[in-house]
Amino acid sequence: MKKKKTLRPEGNPIVRFIRNNTVPIMFVLICAVCIPLSGFSPSYLLNEIVTRMGRNIFLILCLLIPIMAGMGLNFGMTLGAMAGEIALIFVADWQIWGIPGVILAMILSIPFSILLGLLCGKLLNMSKGREMITSYIISFFINGLYQLVVLYMMGPIIPIKHFSIKLPRGYGIRNTVSLLNMRQVLDNALSVTIAGVKIPILTFAIIAVLCLFVTWFRKTKLGQDMRAVGQNMEVARAAGINVERTRLISIVISTVIAGFGMIIYLQNMGNLSTYSSHSQIGMFCIAALLVGGASVDKANIGNVFLGVILFHTMFIVAPSAGAKITGDSMIGEYFRVFISYGVITVALVMYEAKKRRAKSLAGHKLAQDQLTEDKEAAQ
Amino acid sequence: MKKEPKDNNWSPSKLNDEMNSVLSTPEASPLQMAQMSPLRRLVASFGLPRLIITAFLLLMFIAAPFTGSDFWTQVSNTINRFSWNAVLVLAMVPMIHSGCGLNFGLPLGIISGLLGATMAIEFGFTGPVSFFMAIVISTPIAIVLGMGYGWLLNKIKGGEMMIATYVGFSSVSFMCMMWLLLPYKSPTMVWGYAGKGLRTTISLEGFYDKVLANFLQINIGTLSIPTGTILFFALLAFLMWAFLHTKTGTAMTAVGSNPAFAKAAGINIDKTRMLSVVISTWLAAVGILVYQQGFGFIQLYMAPFYMALPAVSAILIGGASVNKASIANVVIGTFLFQGMVTMTPTVMNSIIQMDMSEVIRVIVSQGMILYALTRKTKGGNN
Repeated sequence: MKKKKTLRPEGNPIVRFIRNNTVPIMFVLICAVCIPLSGFSPSYLLNEIVTRMGRNIFLILCLLIPIMAGMGLNFGMTLGAMAGEIALIFVADWQIWGIPGVILAMILSIPFSILLGLLCGKLLNMSKGREMITSYIISFFINGLYQLVVLYMMGPIIPIKHFSIKLPRGYGIRNTVSLLNMRQVLDNALSVTIAGVKIPILTFAIIAVLCLFVTWFRKTKLGQDMRAVGQNMEVARAAGINVERTRLISIVISTVIAGFGMIIYLQNMGNLSTYSSHSQIGMFCIAALLVGGASVDKANIGNVFLGVILFHTMFIVAPSAGAKITGDSMIGEYFRVFISYGVITVALVMYEAKKRRAKSLAGHKLAQDQLTEDKEAAQ
Repeated sequence: MKKEPKDNNWSPSKLNDEMNSVLSTPEASPLQMAQMSPLRRLVASFGLPRLIITAFLLLMFIAAPFTGSDFWTQVSNTINRFSWNAVLVLAMVPMIHSGCGLNFGLPLGIISGLLGATMAIEFGFTGPVSFFMAIVISTPIAIVLGMGYGWLLNKIKGGEMMIATYVGFSSVSFMCMMWLLLPYKSPTMVWGYAGKGLRTTISLEGFYDKVLANFLQINIGTLSIPTGTILFFALLAFLMWAFLHTKTGTAMTAVGSNPAFAKAAGINIDKTRMLSVVISTWLAAVGILVYQQGFGFIQLYMAPFYMALPAVSAILIGGASVNKASIANVVIGTFLFQGMVTMTPTVMNSIIQMDMSEVIRVIVSQGMILYALTRKTKGGNN
């Protein structure tokens, strides 16, 4: 054997820390350069970040459970987002606004989410080992079905009455559905303003409840099963865990959370772009999670919070910082898109490379054990 | 150290036999086929989704004259679109053969083509020469990018498709910045008022607009066939077919269908995979140039973003799977897919008075990819 790799950890703890947290450190540096260049005041920046935290964290938390079950980054969270949007369209049609509207939309989204989650989970069970690309394509496929339903069936088949959301031609939903009457109802209830920064207490309380749920869920029997499945499907199966069912449940839970998250997201935005709100949401959530230092097989709540703060700081300051540096505001826009995709690419490459290294390491170890056994047998 | 067990009876003919048994299709055996009913047999050999799509397309062609649209115009449109896209679909073949899966990273190759195209115009070439020069310039770029891409894919065997997708996305968004920053000067390409930064669409009039299509073009009534483009595709397809039957090509197929066997037969797996990625990237570069000469415009910035998906679904509709593809799959798939794209808007519009073509296209093409991904594949390294 020419090359011999061992699991020996690097001696220097600082080097190890940097190596394990490359992406967050890189982002801290980018933000440190861009913030002064952008020229935004600290209170504006803080306000924006707090708003975006309230808007996005719930959505991103939905990614944690499939990662626990070893199914990688759930690009199929878009399905939950679509379920949430369908629920919101109905609620808007019935003209139920305010907090009751938000709650009704959440309840209404559950059956859609479960249905889509079951479909997604079933398909992912049929394509073990390439869950991510499959969930990614599923999101496109269901987007087609979503358009079919929303653009053609809403009106003639599914009753939609209110003229304000229906297209003038008589069927289909308008490009934007105004949610002005429920805009930031969750955020404004119980909000406090400290030093010019509005803190949406109720939204954060809801997020805290979900965080508690995720932490608690990890410790339940089902949560333990999921971690076992995530570590090794075959071993889990031998231990009597129903692998397929466990994976299915993890996707369903994730989809339902994504549905709720999308409703929280949209009540903050105040309007629903019927055909495009969900299309980029998966990418941004996943990028934010990865920026927080998560990897494809390991993520926790801390990653979510750190990720949202770093990613969205970059997102806010990049366009104006880019304009200052190059004199062209488009550069910054493209730069932040490039960074989002780049981060996901790097995280995926690191994960796959690590997986392969672990595999070859296990192979080497097996070969070595065999050799020593052979020697012992010969003696 | 233990020595590798050596097979003394090794001979080339034996290798061939083994290779054939390894490469033989895992589908129904002749005996099983004989026991099926004729309909089941057809479904088994042709694949249910492909059958449905073919039937759908046939129905469209039959319905076309009744809806008032001219039949031959429709056929010409289909053939035209086929000729634009076929090379891009052909680019899928080598990577499927070498077991790298579906090349969702096609945008990387497309970018090489775009660089070649814009540079050819920047350097002042015009007319048919500019097309040739675009290919010449994009070739080294495609080779370099393809080698980097292949190196990356060799590092992450088993997870190629997802990473390929994101390599494509990152490279497109990176080039978005570059199109603005690179020092292009040609007044036909840069924004008029700023004097820098490339336009989102660049007209090819005076450069290589329809250079291939107009070569030996056949016009009979309303039917027109872009012979040159089709001949160009046929040439590339023939070269690909011939390549797959050379020693290197067979080795590539072996790497894709059974890596362990290929390794035992002394094939350098990483090198073979790298070669397949480079060929695929180069074909994507040429493919986008062919597309542009038919379409008449260069599209920059976010345009290449989702270009991989139609090509992927076209080859799958043609009957390829995640690790098996032939030239026939390319031809059939591109024709069916493009036929669907051209026919549905006109026919559907006049039948049900609403334009559902876009939605149908999305559902069919993504459904097809999904179908291929969820099917159990034999061999491969998954």
